[in-house]
Amino acid sequence: MTPSAEPKMTKALVTVMPKAGVLDPQGKAIGHALGTLGFEGVGEVRTGKVIELELAEADPAKAKALAEEMARKLLANTVIESFRVELA
Amino acid sequence: MNAVILLFPGTNRERDMAIALEKATGRKPTILFHRESALPPGTDLVVLPGGFSHGDYLRCGAMAARSPIMPAVHDFAARGGHILGVCNGFQILAEAGLLPGALLRNASLRFLSMDCHLRVERTDTPFTNRWQQGEVFRAPMAHGDGNYFADGATLERLEKDGRVVFRYVTPEGEATEAANRNGACNNIAGIVSENRRILGMMPHPEDLVDPLMGGTDGLPLFESIAETFATA
Repeated sequence: MTPSAEPKMTKALVTVMPKAGVLDPQGKAIGHALGTLGFEGVGEVRTGKVIELELAEADPAKAKALAEEMARKLLANTVIESFRVELA
Repeated sequence: MNAVILLFPGTNRERDMAIALEKATGRKPTILFHRESALPPGTDLVVLPGGFSHGDYLRCGAMAARSPIMPAVHDFAARGGHILGVCNGFQILAEAGLLPGALLRNASLRFLSMDCHLRVERTDTPFTNRWQQGEVFRAPMAHGDGNYFADGATLERLEKDGRVVFRYVTPEGEATEAANRNGACNNIAGIVSENRRILGMMPHPEDLVDPLMGGTDGLPLFESIAETFATA
């Protein structure tokens, strides 16, 4: 007897951002371009990345812990980046 | 001296690195693929050459730093082994936590492919003993992410302990902002580990080791390594 049902998947979104104080020249360039387009009142612009993970883990707490471990070990470099995990 | 050059998918500087090492030490290095899990017995020096390992995906060096061979490199480092990382190799060493800090995108957002000048900040390392203190040499650089960053406390420790080995300077030896093309903290181009046996640097000394290449400015680094192991 083998279970035939697919394991329930949980989707996790890992947002990785440069830490405060870490230079973000891409963010600066985007802010500058927004100014060129006539958008006013734009303060600091920071860029990061979002990594979407499909996890074979039905339990939300476990899925979140797993995504956080992945972020610490690979997805973010905690010397320069911070991360946040959300379940979708 | 037995040198091992690690090869990751996207590494492209391994041949010139091998030429430079063989020229200085008289021995052909072994080239080892990243999927191996052990270094050859009797390895004296591990070299991580430049290139674009794993396409620079996620962050430069991030994937390579977690390759199957890397646990063996960590063990080698823990046993006091000598490691040289150039360009992408420096990025990998930083990602692996074998050297502090990180290499950020160049402040100008431009890929920099040009010669730069480096000042030798200390000569009592296995990689710099053939230079004079404060000597300036020319080295080609070719990178998009060479902007060395470390937090204030780490920078202070690196400077206090004299672990900055190379700094970007003018041809006259001044560490100016203009000479610091990638925006690195404190004009840092290369640092060593606490035991000075691991060196990471962004510019490419292996590109200038023969008059046919346009100069031999980078040769002392490889001669220093040869000297280190000749007297060891």
